[in-house]
Amino acid sequence: MNFKLKKIIPQLITLFFVILIFGFFTFNAQINMENRGIEFGFGFLSQESSFDVQFSLIDYDGSHSYARAYLVGLLNTLLVAFIGIVIATILGVIVGIARLSPNYLIERSAAWYVEFFRNIPLLLQIFFWYFAALRALPLPQDADSIMGVFYLTIKGLYTPSFVWENLDIFIYSVIAVLISITVIRIYARKLQEKEGKQLPVFSISIALFIILPLLTFLIGGVSLNFQVPVLKQLSTTGFIYEGGLRLPPELIALTLALSLYTATFIAECVRAGIQGISKGQKEAAASIGLTPNQILKLVIMPQALRIIIPPTTNQYLNLTKNSSLAAAIAYPDLVLVFAGTALMQTGRAIEIVSITMLTYLSISLSISVLMNWYNKSIAIKEK
Amino acid sequence: MNKLNILKPDLSNLYFYIYTGLFFITVSIIDVFLYSFFNINITSFLPSTLSFILPLILGLIGLHFIRIEFTGIKNLDLLNKNINTTNFNAILTLLVIFIIIKSIPPIMSWFILDANIAGDSKEACTGTGACWTYIKIWLRRFVYGMYPNAEQWRINLSFISLLALGSVGYFATEKFKKYLTLYYVIIYPFIAFLFIFFFISGGPVFFEFSYGIIAFAISIIVGFFIPKKFKAWYFLLVPIILYISLKYFLFYEETIDLGKLDGFNWVETGAWGGLSLTFIVSFFCLIFCFPVGMFLALGRRSELPTVRYISIGFIEFWRGVPLITVLFMSSVMFPMFLPEDFFMDKLVRVIIAISLFEAAYVAEVIRGGLQALPRGQYDAAKSLGMGYWKMHILVILPQALKLVIPGIANTFLALIKDTPLIFVVGLLELVGMLNLAKTNPEWLGFAMEGYVFAAIIFWIICYAMSKYSYNLEIKYKTER
Repeated sequence: MNFKLKKIIPQLITLFFVILIFGFFTFNAQINMENRGIEFGFGFLSQESSFDVQFSLIDYDGSHSYARAYLVGLLNTLLVAFIGIVIATILGVIVGIARLSPNYLIERSAAWYVEFFRNIPLLLQIFFWYFAALRALPLPQDADSIMGVFYLTIKGLYTPSFVWENLDIFIYSVIAVLISITVIRIYARKLQEKEGKQLPVFSISIALFIILPLLTFLIGGVSLNFQVPVLKQLSTTGFIYEGGLRLPPELIALTLALSLYTATFIAECVRAGIQGISKGQKEAAASIGLTPNQILKLVIMPQALRIIIPPTTNQYLNLTKNSSLAAAIAYPDLVLVFAGTALMQTGRAIEIVSITMLTYLSISLSISVLMNWYNKSIAIKEK
Repeated sequence: MNKLNILKPDLSNLYFYIYTGLFFITVSIIDVFLYSFFNINITSFLPSTLSFILPLILGLIGLHFIRIEFTGIKNLDLLNKNINTTNFNAILTLLVIFIIIKSIPPIMSWFILDANIAGDSKEACTGTGACWTYIKIWLRRFVYGMYPNAEQWRINLSFISLLALGSVGYFATEKFKKYLTLYYVIIYPFIAFLFIFFFISGGPVFFEFSYGIIAFAISIIVGFFIPKKFKAWYFLLVPIILYISLKYFLFYEETIDLGKLDGFNWVETGAWGGLSLTFIVSFFCLIFCFPVGMFLALGRRSELPTVRYISIGFIEFWRGVPLITVLFMSSVMFPMFLPEDFFMDKLVRVIIAISLFEAAYVAEVIRGGLQALPRGQYDAAKSLGMGYWKMHILVILPQALKLVIPGIANTFLALIKDTPLIFVVGLLELVGMLNLAKTNPEWLGFAMEGYVFAAIIFWIICYAMSKYSYNLEIKYKTER
């Protein structure tokens, strides 16, 4: 009896305090909202937003609803996060491997890169790229082209855009390639388990990836044209590029800063992962006659990935959350569009801030659930 | 002389290879050096592409020639082993060397040679390099924000005294060492609080705290006469009741003439700023987030399901959202949750928000340390008859915290790097001040200098901290 009571009382006290705090907050919120004449509810989401967003991936203008504005912000956030993750991963892996290079100079430069970018606040880096580095770029009419098609100007990066015909056939072919590669991999594994034969899966996949989409160009009626940006004069001093795709400077500054910053952390994860594999593993693999390539592919990488992937996903999550710093340089991401402009217009602080937080929370939680599942599937299975 | 095989340098013609190799390398480096420092292109007679990559080719040939194993020459063997193992490595080495040589002149000229620091207006900056005059003129603002010039000694005094009080741990004798934890966890933060609010803020705010001090002092003195059984409850309730009754029922503000007592002008928190605000915010968040994080970590590993689930929910919530939305919440949503007449300062709200945010991260780090401890430690402590709190304070936490020093240091580094974010609620610390100065019409166009200056300062702080934590890790490392 006494023992049970000892366990229940602290729980009841905690619960009581938590409920007390929440009750206090809700009570106050109700009174405050009554005084200001606001009613709690999400009806405003379908109202007309009547503000414009500079850069959006989907059709949007002031006549669309607040819900649509939310979607624009969310997509912009995901775009930055995606580009940032790709660049940061590539850079991080290169730097992480360079940190283990036997070459002293390479190792030192990689170490200095990591020490340098890691110890400067991300916000400062974003400001540096946006307000200092990218502002030094030439005006559109003075810009020199890069390889004839890219133009890096103060108004952003102009790149050629793709003009597809029969894009759907091309996409089907890519999907077909992916499916056939999966089938081949399963078949190859079975073949190896049964007969010990090895198929060159990697070369076959590469070949498939090149040949099938190419075939759609030759016989499937798919064609791809590039639309190159062309300089156009608007007024005596105003110039602009027409055609092609414009990446706004905010996007460039943000992705640059995010990926340079996150790459340092990913590099450390990669280094720790590879260093975490004991030398004996490599020697043991060599002693049973595996080739260096096989050692890397079959022995080192599977073990190193087990160490590398959990902290690296954490960094991906950090990058996604850090992309909210976009608000500081007016890149229209979720925080700026929704928690900034929409909040100012509607004044619905509680609803909008909670929607924004819940969005980030669900992104984080879904990725971490996925990660936990993946982690379990690759963890050492002890018998 | 033996037969020469240029493709395969060997020991038999050692000196021939070394001298030719060194000659090629020297030529390639001199070529790059002359071009970058004096803008003289000694290979201008060649086509431009060839002239551009010629040093690379020459250097590669040279490095190939000197790549001879076991020469017995110490420096050469060291060179080959470290930077010249394969052709690929040799190319990378050369590229690194060339990039360093190429980047020295522009960096030097921007930082020093063409830079200006004299004068006190924009006109003094005539060179093409950096304009350090801008930093010199604005330095006061960058460090103290909008704090009035005449009052800045208050900030200096507070920081110096806090630094002195903080270094007590180094000079404490053995006899007082056991009180150090108590000192750093309770007394020091309290003193720091008083300093910040009395010296830096000044004004009638002091009264708020004088109530607190009086309540605290009275309850401690009376506390000596309370039986041990009720002490915990006594210290939980009485100081708060005393404080509230002092504040709301005694009105001693009105009985004492306000004008006589507040000797310092009140400086509102909106005027604080610059580097000093960075320090204030990160200092307080650091102090608060640690104990909160510790309790959360213990809560997450608790056997009581309610406590555990509440802790998990709390931690995962804060870890899942970006800091900027937390600050948004503290500035626009939080006031809705408070009684209408209750006013909480912007800075206080920000400090609470950042502390709770970082506490979740600290909690996860400490949980890692708790999980790493072997079960035997818990069992041993329990078998000695220790209760939950005694076991954790005396046995578990000292060991667990030792294990997680690097993780904690990383969280604190992240905290310092996150402080610039408080610009969203309108508080301008160093980076915010830079953005303000940048838009000053008299000083347009010096964004680069400001950001480089701030980057150097932050880099020094963060790098020093990470090195310090590394030393701590080594100092407290115990073999198990």
